[in-house]
Amino acid sequence: MFTLVTERENPTFEKIISPIIDVPPSPALITVKSPIINPSPSPAQLTPAVANSMVVSARTYADFTPQATFDIKKCDLHKLEEGPPLQAVLTREEGLQYYRTMQTIRRMELKADQLYKQKIIRGFCHLYDGQEACAVGIETGINLSDHLITAYRAHGYTLTRGGTVREIMAELTGRRGGIAKGKGGSMHMYTKHFYGGNGIVGAQVPLGAGVALACKYLGNNEICVCLYGDGAANQGQIFETYNMASLWKLPCIFICENNKYGMGTSVERAAASTDYYKRGDFIPGLRLDGMDVLCVREATKFAAEHCRSGKGPILMELQTYRYHGHSMSDPGVSYRTREEIQEVRSKSDPISMLKDRMLSNNMASVEELKEIDVEVRKEIEDAAQFATTDPEPPLDDLCNHIFYNDPPMEVRGTNPWTKLKSVS
Amino acid sequence: MAATRLFLRASPVKCSLTGLTGGVHSSLGLTLLKLSPACTAKPQAQRRHAAHFTYHPEPAPSQYGPTQKMNLFQSVTSALDNTLAGDPTAVIFGEDVAFGGVFRCTVGLRDKYGKDRVFNTPLCEQGIVGFGIGAAAAGATAIAEIQFADYIYPAFDQIVNEAAKYRYRSGNMFDCGKLTIRSPWGCVGHGSIYHSQCPEAFFTHCPGIKIVVPRGPVQAKGLLLSCIADQNPCIFFEPKILYRAAVEQVPTEAYQIPLSQAEVLQEGSDLTLVAWGTQVHVLKEVAAMAQEKLGVSCELIDLRTILPWDTETVCKSVVKTGRLLISHEAPVTGGFAAEISSTVQVRVRWEIKAFYFFYVTDFKL
Repeated sequence: MFTLVTERENPTFEKIISPIIDVPPSPALITVKSPIINPSPSPAQLTPAVANSMVVSARTYADFTPQATFDIKKCDLHKLEEGPPLQAVLTREEGLQYYRTMQTIRRMELKADQLYKQKIIRGFCHLYDGQEACAVGIETGINLSDHLITAYRAHGYTLTRGGTVREIMAELTGRRGGIAKGKGGSMHMYTKHFYGGNGIVGAQVPLGAGVALACKYLGNNEICVCLYGDGAANQGQIFETYNMASLWKLPCIFICENNKYGMGTSVERAAASTDYYKRGDFIPGLRLDGMDVLCVREATKFAAEHCRSGKGPILMELQTYRYHGHSMSDPGVSYRTREEIQEVRSKSDPISMLKDRMLSNNMASVEELKEIDVEVRKEIEDAAQFATTDPEPPLDDLCNHIFYNDPPMEVRGTNPWTKLKSVS
Repeated sequence: MAATRLFLRASPVKCSLTGLTGGVHSSLGLTLLKLSPACTAKPQAQRRHAAHFTYHPEPAPSQYGPTQKMNLFQSVTSALDNTLAGDPTAVIFGEDVAFGGVFRCTVGLRDKYGKDRVFNTPLCEQGIVGFGIGAAAAGATAIAEIQFADYIYPAFDQIVNEAAKYRYRSGNMFDCGKLTIRSPWGCVGHGSIYHSQCPEAFFTHCPGIKIVVPRGPVQAKGLLLSCIADQNPCIFFEPKILYRAAVEQVPTEAYQIPLSQAEVLQEGSDLTLVAWGTQVHVLKEVAAMAQEKLGVSCELIDLRTILPWDTETVCKSVVKTGRLLISHEAPVTGGFAAEISSTVQVRVRWEIKAFYFFYVTDFKL
């Protein structure tokens, strides 16, 4: 992570702060320079005399803008008269919270990468870095009591839906403190109202429609968000689901996270129509920039409103990007160039975008955000420590939860003399 | 995982035996447990094992021409190469086959034969197989790849209802005999629920298709070429753990190994061992250990074709030895061992001396 360094137009601020503290630019002035290590010296590095004469330490939160309105990109619409608003209001608290969550997801995924390479995490691991704005934006557009289901790239959603980093990392390492008791692994994480974490692509979408039916039936004004990727968008069962959801007007938001590659196949080579938001045909659709958390939030709010008002399902296509390969066994550069990845990282990184917006509108300070970074790093380190040292689930757990059964069931092991017990 | 592993540690290594409480019912079982060196009934610290067998390459076949060192995925590429060269109607398609496939089974074929003969499909197994059936019915030699056997279930309807029954229901007017479906199969150690399955038992319940599982590169190439040539739709499962682990001298020219013929790998007099795919190698070690430690002479049979399976060879062997042991990776209930055992019981009923044991390694839910 590097900080952008340019001038800022605010004479009062400049007089006080420059030349020691680097001040962030407004979005229009962003120029990317080569990574600079620690451009802003921490107070500990300043001599006491200099520190006392600096006004930095005297900055209070009262100096910050409490909220600002941002222009967001217009969405492409399909069978809709109006789309989500073109402006989004972001309060300081919201901004800090989104930043923290996205940074947590980013750090967690990078830590998972590290642990995988150390062979502490094994099996399959599909990382979500680059797509943080989708998870965070969607969650802020719905309530925690709503339902969500996605495919295997699920670590981000597990966090936004109420999981803790400790539980998620312990699940990745397969320990008993994991969110699925260490029996699920990367692809199978669940929380209340989050139905996973599914390995077979496309299979989760009809499931989500079923959850939406339950919501409608119970009349609890909840909705279900069904996510799938650009690769899965070509599965037959998704079209079957579109039909059922539309026929019965289910409160279902279908979201296609289009990260441009289905494993190693680019969307142009897999889909006759890459307008995934139109593929619902009779279902209204939106296409939006999935790297902008505010865009995602506004669109999700719009879609949730559409569903809750009884108009039936709606489809959203989030155009996003993943920095890692499909999974940890995929280097991610055999079907796309490193330049492409670098370009997206520098121009459209979701965390940088939010950070720039907040800093340029004086909604937060660089130090504050750095503090959040430090706290997040510590949280991830603690979680990784826990995940590495927690014991594995006991062997007695191996066969539990096959069936629902009472009393315990006997299960044959790999040979006729090992009898294992299944309790559920 | 318990008892079968203890057969495999010939040298004094820490035993992977864990969780073995009571429940040892037969004296044979107890004897076997006691024989394993450095093995106690107490659970030991869990160790990670890379593979629970060693692959021993078989001697190069001399009757098929010059040979070249290949591993399993290279032998599959070689078979597909021979097919595309010799049959102008042959096409290969599946998810990600164009760049070479996730297991590198189709590397170089698109460059050599063109993008209209080796092409990617979108992510739709049902579509892939349905499309393959149509292409085969129209006269093309269609070789479809399902990326993992775990993903074959959306195509189950197409295979069972369309492919298997086409010839019968059209009175032999139409058929999709030119269809071959290839799929990586079986345990690999880190695959968990969706990259480790062995679904052959589901398909054996369906007349009209053939199911083949090779044990090594030489077998794989010959059996795959037979499947492609066979006038019936075939499913060819390739043990993914052997893709790199199994290396042999494989003939470069095309050759065929007949289907529905089991192979007796080792003659013996006391016990018949039956397996297919990866388990054949496990049982090879088992046979060696049984001979060394128990003085038991085992006859090892590789079933090769699961459907229609070679009942003659297996029954003849059981008549000779009087005891049968079948080992496979899939769940026990409804697994193919149940079918083999019941058929053998019916046909060889008076010659049986001992119970049948079903060993299932790498226990899966």
